[in-house]
Amino acid sequence: MKSTFIIKYLIGMLLSLMFITTLTAQATDTIKIGIAGAHSGDLASYGQPTVKAAQLVIKNINAAGGVAGRKVELIIEDDACKPEMATNVATKLVSAKVDAVIGHICSGATKAALRTYKDAGIIVISPSATSPELTFSGQYPNFFRTIAPDSAQAKLVADFTLQTLKLSKIVIIHDKGDYGKGFAEYAKKFIEGSGKAQVVLYEGVTPGAVDYSAIVQKIKYAGADAVIYGGYHPEAASIVQQMRKKGMKTAFISDDGVKDQTFIKVASSYAEGVYASGPKDTTKNPLAIAAIAEHRKTYGAEPGAFYLNAYAATQALLHAMNKAKSTEHNAVAKALRTYQADTPLGKIRFNKDGDAIGAGFSMYQVQKGVYVEIK
Amino acid sequence: MNYFWDLFLGGITRGSIYALIALGYTMVYGILELINFAHGEIYMIGAFTALIAASLLTMQGLSGPAVLVLATVVAVLYAAAYGFTVEKIAYKPLRQAPRLSPLISAIGMSIFLQNYVMLAQTSDFLPFPNLLQNVELPAFLNTWIAPAEFMIILTAASLMLGLTLILKFTKMGKAMRAVAQDRTMAMLLGVNVNRIISRTFIVGSVLAAIGGVLIASHVGRINFYIGFGAGIKAFTAAVLGGIGSIPGAMLGGLVLGLTESFATGYISSDYENVFAFALLILILILKPEGILGRSSQQKV
Amino acid sequence: MKFAEELKKSFFIASWFILLTFPIMVIQVNTIENIVIWRWHNIILIGLGSFAFSFCWQIFLNKKSSTKLIAPAGLSPLNRLMNEPRLYRPALIIIGLAALIFPFVFSHYQINIMTTALIYVMLGLGLNIEVGLAGLLDLGYVAFYAVGAYSYALLNYHFGLGFWTALPVGALLAAIFGILIGFPVLRLRGDYLAIVTLAFAEIIRLVLENWNAFSFGPSGISNIPRPGFFGRNLTPEQSAIYMYFLLILLCLLTIFIIHRLQHSRIGRAWVALREDELACQAMGIDKTKAKLTAFALGATWAGMAGVIFAAKTTFINPASFTFLESAMILSIVVLGGMGSIAGVIIAALALILLPEYLRVFSDYRMILFGAALIMMMIFRPQGILADMRKKYEFHKTEDSRTIKRDVL
Repeated sequence: MKSTFIIKYLIGMLLSLMFITTLTAQATDTIKIGIAGAHSGDLASYGQPTVKAAQLVIKNINAAGGVAGRKVELIIEDDACKPEMATNVATKLVSAKVDAVIGHICSGATKAALRTYKDAGIIVISPSATSPELTFSGQYPNFFRTIAPDSAQAKLVADFTLQTLKLSKIVIIHDKGDYGKGFAEYAKKFIEGSGKAQVVLYEGVTPGAVDYSAIVQKIKYAGADAVIYGGYHPEAASIVQQMRKKGMKTAFISDDGVKDQTFIKVASSYAEGVYASGPKDTTKNPLAIAAIAEHRKTYGAEPGAFYLNAYAATQALLHAMNKAKSTEHNAVAKALRTYQADTPLGKIRFNKDGDAIGAGFSMYQVQKGVYVEIK
Repeated sequence: MNYFWDLFLGGITRGSIYALIALGYTMVYGILELINFAHGEIYMIGAFTALIAASLLTMQGLSGPAVLVLATVVAVLYAAAYGFTVEKIAYKPLRQAPRLSPLISAIGMSIFLQNYVMLAQTSDFLPFPNLLQNVELPAFLNTWIAPAEFMIILTAASLMLGLTLILKFTKMGKAMRAVAQDRTMAMLLGVNVNRIISRTFIVGSVLAAIGGVLIASHVGRINFYIGFGAGIKAFTAAVLGGIGSIPGAMLGGLVLGLTESFATGYISSDYENVFAFALLILILILKPEGILGRSSQQKV
Repeated sequence: MKFAEELKKSFFIASWFILLTFPIMVIQVNTIENIVIWRWHNIILIGLGSFAFSFCWQIFLNKKSSTKLIAPAGLSPLNRLMNEPRLYRPALIIIGLAALIFPFVFSHYQINIMTTALIYVMLGLGLNIEVGLAGLLDLGYVAFYAVGAYSYALLNYHFGLGFWTALPVGALLAAIFGILIGFPVLRLRGDYLAIVTLAFAEIIRLVLENWNAFSFGPSGISNIPRPGFFGRNLTPEQSAIYMYFLLILLCLLTIFIIHRLQHSRIGRAWVALREDELACQAMGIDKTKAKLTAFALGATWAGMAGVIFAAKTTFINPASFTFLESAMILSIVVLGGMGSIAGVIIAALALILLPEYLRVFSDYRMILFGAALIMMMIFRPQGILADMRKKYEFHKTEDSRTIKRDVL
């Protein structure tokens, strides 16, 4: 008697599962766009702005009649920036038959997921994955991004340090992470390759360590006149604070991860004079102003990290679909490479590797509590 | 020489924080033979409460030392309350359970508290107001040591002295030592063991919270995850010195702080944590009872 | 009377928790904008929640202590199901059939997450040897997983080794690591061992992160090939189905081997070791050998799972091998019931699949894990499905219990 009950229960469970999957596999004629990235957990603050950006763009496009007469719909999936979850998300989006994907947020997760998208012939535009390998290896013809690769950023920072600031004894430190270490390695390569300066110290610091006094002492006694830091703002803020408290006036030059208003708030007065690279100044671009105003109006807050990159990525994608009059992979890829789209980052199209042309980087300096672009 | 001195000071500063947290581990272990995995989280919660209190007070217009003192008091009270509650929920029902049960429960508590703070507050790093900034040092000291470092070392040293005196001379201290030596015997002699255990947790939490406030205002930023790293390090320090031994925890903290500082300074910071963990493993293999610990005979 | 007392106590506890969680739950300071947000509604939630919770807590705790006095916890319905061939045979057949048709009914994505869950089944079973059977609390199990994954990725990158060659090699390398880690910690007791394994795992992760020339550092290794099917290239869908069946087979093999091990001489030595190390030594069991085999065998499965993981995600980096992953595998073993094969399988499937389907709760996943670990230890330390050996071990007491019951 008991066993029949269990059999019935199991069959019921199986049937209901099948029912759920058939429901999700419904066919529609909307354009489906997957949004993948970290939306929960400790890296959520990097992924959430992308969701908001895409939602705002889609809302406007749909209100204006959609793309080539078809409405656009978003499918949002969370990968928590973990490679293993990213592959699952990728197959989920492929199973849901998305036409393109905006994401993923972290380079590692993007690398893990790209294989699946490539096999399924789906276009991926990332607003934030900066690993050079993604575009330079030539393995992913379906991958595009609206952010510059680490190497381009490192080149800019290295040139700025050598040519504009004319400094010659340089310390390079990084946070041992994918992004920071990648950036630091390229910076080291460019500086050593130039022959004009020497790297006197190249080391990684532990994110979340109790303090950074030992590495600060090391920088001090290395007698360097510039510190190039690869990584994000929390560690940078600590290191700059401890350097300045020790009375060191060494120039501090860093990357996009530090070009964040939070850095200035955390490091307070110690942030003055710090250099950081970041996307070309967008404060005068009317589209960027409008996009930020829209975010403020809808969510009542300032947009977060990579918001404009994601906004531009979504616009560029839909623009290309419109031009190609289809969502077919090759046609859209060709359109992305041929036609310029008007975005908050400027007029952009993509080169054959998938990197954006027209969305460059420039150097900024903290002056009186804000980042000011250096011309 | 100067470089050496700077690294030495940095190591001692860091080491005294480790020692403050390590005391909590070592006291609990001495009494319950339990690695209180959630102890690092108490330190984090102490720092968070201090941040919240300090921000509120600063907005009320208070300044410098007043904020520091009041925020520390709030942090201490709350950390003590959390330490007390954690013990009541996660460990007390498991007094009679097999050895691994409370340890797993402690790991669960640690994960729970981390995520509790992350969900209720934020996953981002928050700037911590620099409360030690306004301290002025006499001129002869100023050339040798930064005010913040001086404050940390001084506070840690006086707390440890205070703890040693309490354990030596007060009734509660004596009871604690008695329970650590032989729980059943102490109970037979009329010591309220449950109360002593609760107090041990409270004392440990208070020390951790003060450590949290000190380090947070020194480093200038906190998030929900700082407890894990600091907890592991402090535990390493406790084992290094000989777990269960109070002077051992202090010595272990300093040794660990100095090792990390010198390893970074003279070798490389790439492997900073590797040195710390390798030291732990070496000590455990070569001298499992730690530097100052007594080897205990296993009884049947 | 007692009820009123409990209500009063719960009320007191609720007030305590409101006070306790006040700064963290109610006040949110934004130090960047200098704004304070007061979330008063949280007080009500905490108050009601902790009131109800403490009430249930007391009832359960009372029940627990009273059942302990009257009779040792009887077999749960689930355990009874596992015991009666008449009951579990048809269930097994159904599960087998369901597993067989699963990939042909469900979508690519469903197969994929099922494969992930099966990897965790393997990991859970492997750790079960160390923690559940031998009682060696290993907090660094993920290190062996990493060894497996990196050995496939690196061997493939440098020497073009295929999946099928890498699988035994990865398992072997992990086993060697298990012995290497096992040797120095042999002398240590339970909790020291836990910390040393944790330290070892951190060291391995840090080395992978820092030693670029060897492991490509934090940017990881991409383009790891999926396993081939007799030299034929498969489409992603086919490959997913292939991986799925591969894992089903490997899991079956694992279950078979562990089942056999459990009842072998060495398996009984492990359980003896777990129950009482000193007595076990006195009985003439070679402690060193028993501990080392437990470490090596546990690591072997982690190594295999690692190779499969690398082949499945096609990309690995050190970020996948953090302490949280170890904690996750440990929760599987603990929740499933230490030492119980079926329990571990159920726990692995539940812990991996539920969060996938209940994405709404993904933020709360870890906090629920933490709470579940504590609850499990207090209320049901034997796990969802208690180890079946218990009955076998205490055969005599079982008899005496029935006698007692008759007397009663």
